[in-house]
Formats: sequence, C-alpha cells, structure tokens
Amino acid sequence: MKARINGIDKREEKRFFLFISPWLLGFLIFTLYPMVFSIILVFTNMDMTGSGQFVGFANIIRAFTEDPLFYRSLLNTLYFVLVSVPVSLLAAFLIALLLNQKLKGVGFFRTSFYIPYITSGVAVTLLWGWIFNAQFGLVNYFLSLFGITGPNWLSDTRWAMPAIIIMGIWTIGNSIIITLAGLQDIPEALYESAEIDGASSFVKITRITLPLVTPTLYFNLVMGIIGGFQIFMQPYILTEGGPSYSTYTYMMHIYNSGFKYNEMGYASTLAWLLFVVIMIITQIVNRTSRHWVYYDN
Amino acid sequence: MEAYYKSKRTSDRIKTSLSYGVLTIIAVIFIFPFIWMLSTAFKIPSEAYTLPPKIIPNTFTWDNFVQGWQYADFTRYTWNTLIVTVLATLGTVLSASFVAYGFARFKSRYSGVLFTVVLATMMLPSQVTLVPTYLLFTKLGWLDTLKPLILPSFFGGGAFNIFLLRQFFKTIPKDLDEAAYIDGANAFQIYYKILMPAIKPALITVGLMSVTFHWNDYMSPLIYLNSDQNFTLAIGLQFFQNSFGSSQIQMLMAVSLITVIPVLVLFFIGQKYFVQGITMTGIKG
Repeated sequence: MKARINGIDKREEKRFFLFISPWLLGFLIFTLYPMVFSIILVFTNMDMTGSGQFVGFANIIRAFTEDPLFYRSLLNTLYFVLVSVPVSLLAAFLIALLLNQKLKGVGFFRTSFYIPYITSGVAVTLLWGWIFNAQFGLVNYFLSLFGITGPNWLSDTRWAMPAIIIMGIWTIGNSIIITLAGLQDIPEALYESAEIDGASSFVKITRITLPLVTPTLYFNLVMGIIGGFQIFMQPYILTEGGPSYSTYTYMMHIYNSGFKYNEMGYASTLAWLLFVVIMIITQIVNRTSRHWVYYDN
Repeated sequence: MEAYYKSKRTSDRIKTSLSYGVLTIIAVIFIFPFIWMLSTAFKIPSEAYTLPPKIIPNTFTWDNFVQGWQYADFTRYTWNTLIVTVLATLGTVLSASFVAYGFARFKSRYSGVLFTVVLATMMLPSQVTLVPTYLLFTKLGWLDTLKPLILPSFFGGGAFNIFLLRQFFKTIPKDLDEAAYIDGANAFQIYYKILMPAIKPALITVGLMSVTFHWNDYMSPLIYLNSDQNFTLAIGLQFFQNSFGSSQIQMLMAVSLITVIPVLVLFFIGQKYFVQGITMTGIKG
C-alpha cells in the first residue's frame, strides 16, 4: 500500500516538474546564474567582452570613497522616492475614496485615471517634456494665468526633479485601482451600523475605511518604494540626468557605468548596493507595518 | 425624524455634486495632456509655438504625421515592436499558464519551497541580473537582435503572472480534472482542453498587461539593440527626439500619438479585463 502511494507520489512529482520546467529553466538561466555571476563580478573589473581580473573589494571601496556620483545619484533617487511615494499613496487613496461612492459614470473616471499608467512609455515622456517646456508648455502657461512666472522646469537644477516627480504622480492609475479594490472589500454592514450610531463621514473614514484598507496601502507602499528606486526612463529621456546631475538617478549610474563606460564589475557592485538599500528600507517599512497595518484574521 | 431625513438627503446631494466636481477636475488633469498631444500633432509649426496655446488649431494639417513618419524608418520600428510584443506575449501567456497549472495541480516535496522561490524573485530588482544577462546574450550572439526581448518570456512568463494564474486555476474545482482523467484524458489535455478555456478572462488579463509592457518597454531595447533596422518604437522615438529636440514639436507629437494609439485602442477593447485582473490578484492582504 505504502509503495503504491509512493508510486503515485512519484508520478505526480514527475508531472509537477514537467509543468514547471519552463520556469525552473528560466530561473536557473535568467535569475540564479546571473545572480551568482553578478556576485563574482562585484570582485572583478570585468568589461563587456568578459575579460578582467579579480580586484577584491576595490569596487565597493570605490563606490563609498572615490565616486561622488554614487552618493549624488543615491540622494537624488531617495529624494524622488521620499516625495513621490507618499504623495502618490495619499492621492491614490483620496481618489479611490471618491470613486468608491455609488456614483453614475464611475467607469469613465476610472478609465481616465488609468490611461496614463498604461501608456507610460517614451511617447508620453516626450509629451511631458513639451508640457514642461519653459516658454510654450502648458504648465507655465497655466501658472501665468495666476501671474506666476514658471521656472525653466527641466533645465533648472531646483525644478527638474520636481517635474519628474509630478510626471510620476500622474501615472498612479494602477495604485488607484488596487486601492479601490481594497475599499470594495470592506463590508457594507460596518458602515451601516456606524451610521445607526450616528457616526459622521469623517469618523467613518478614519475609524473604518482607513484601518481596513491599510493592507492595500502597505502593498502600494512597498511596490512604490521598489519601483521608485528603479526610476530611469523619464529622467534619461527628458534630462539625461541633468542639469548638473540634479536628476541623475541611481539606475542611470548603473546603466552608465556598465553600458557607457564598459565597467561591468562596477555596475554589478552598484546594483547589489541598490539591492541592499532597497532591502533595508523595505525591512524598516515591514517592521513598522506591525503598528499600522490592520489584519482582520 | 422627517426633518432629519430631509437634511440628510440635502447633505447627500451636496456631497454627490462635490464628488463629481472634484472627480471631473482630476479627470481633466489626467486626460488633458493627451488632448494637448492630439492638438499639437495637427498644428502648423507657427501655431504650435504660440501663446496663449490653442486647443483647436486654426489650420489643421496632416503633414506632421506624414513627414514625421518618413523622417525615420518608423514603419520598420513598428514592425519590430509588433514582432516583439506579439511573440513575447504569446510566450508569456503560454508558459505562465503552463507553469501555473503545475503549481496549482501537482504536489511534490518541493512545491512549497519552489513556489516561495517564485514569489521571492518578484522582490529582486532586475538590475542585479542585468549585467550577467547582457554578457550571456552577448556570448550567444544575440546582441542587436530581437531575441533577448522575446525569448526570456517563454521561460515561465514572469513570477507575477505565474502567481496570478495559479490563483485562478485554484478557483476551479479539481473534480473537473478527475472526471476528465476517468474519461482517459492526460494531464496535458486537461491543461489545454479544460482549464485553459476555463480561465480565459485571466489569460486575457495577462496578455493585455504583457502587450502594454512590451509595447512601452524602453530599458531592454536600449541595452540590446544598436542598429537602426532593429530599433523598436521606444528607441526610434528617442532617436527622433535627439535629432530634433523640441524644435519640431508638432512632428514629435504626431509620431508619439501614432505609437500611443494602439495601446489606447487595446485598452478600450479589454478594459473590463484590465480592471478585473488587477482587482483579482489577491494582493488585498
């Protein structure tokens, strides 16, 4: 009897491995092997042709002591994440809250908010370059209606990063939909009983909605942080990191080190350092989440 | 009591109109850039650079589309983008569903561990594997071909998609499989004759997300493609911008508009599935 069960188990196991084999192969070739290789690269000065020597900790030391752009790009990226993630989170929550009412035409609004997210490629980035055009752009024209002379957005060291942040916030459609899904999961009965007790809208939002939607907010926060640290295309196309490195992001530093200056070893070192930074920050968020993320069960 | 309900109704009405007002303002902010793109694309140069900006141009022109498209080999770029998008999406849908079926239906001593590995790879930033993957493709002689943009999709189709489709497979009762086994079907037939049709909406969702991703992807083409004939639209557009800057904005907007339209059309067709896919991913905690 036992042998038969084992026999069936073996057959099932065989099938399991047959079906997951594409992923397993892909994991070995495109994840595990590159990860191991990339750790080795950290300790070499390898170039694109794959030739190089062992250099010990030189790459890591270089990042911390000899590379001002390491700090510069890290701080720029932190600036981007620290501003855009909380603002996006809050905006997505408020918009989702509005969408969660029984209103006619909600589908239309949902679509409008989602479109920027699905179209966010090079074309839309170029569109924003035009919108932020100092002389003829929409933003400065709009500001001029209020008597404000807008800055030279993308060529002003103080305003280039805020411009990129604004553009990023414009693509929060995905977070809105995810938050909305979270809101729709909250049982209607909770609101009804609160209403009977005479609770105001404000109380309902802060005492019922907000606590119950925290798992969704937490998910958006973590995804926002991970995505935010990888910001590349928008500043690369709009400003190429300028003016004077004010929008030079960490991902751009990795790209330039590896593919422009042909230093694959150093690029890998930077990539792993980014991984460490992201891990530390998500761990901190994770620790604090115990105090503010509410789990029903 | 009646007075209470009356005042409540009035306050509800105020709240509703306020919500509509705010939502409309936000919707305008989200949509207006596209209207601006559309408007600029049809303007003659002198009108593109006038203040105050006009939404409806005095002189409509199609020249920007024609000239812009001819300036670079955009037909070629579109073709390349189409090849990448279609094949990579095919790879994603087929292999993610295949693998998800394995994880959803068959037990093994290793299934728990391996599924945790799937989830863990979602957390790994792609930069960490970027350089070695590039070196690998270089060694294979795939540099400056479309292969690096297509073939990886056939190896599992991405951790997130596997996760999503596994969730969907799990909602389908296993009795269905067992009945088919008794009728003499094998595991592979059950996968494509019974379960694939049953999760069609989920497959469409994954397909749509894959299409928008590959159509808009910038990083991979930037790294792997060098020669003009292999460019995708993303790289072609950037190349176009580099040669013009913002001096020919009406042409730049016309070409950009053409490349955005396919995604928009697809979105309107598959809207229901897009939203469904996101809300059903089980990320609600």
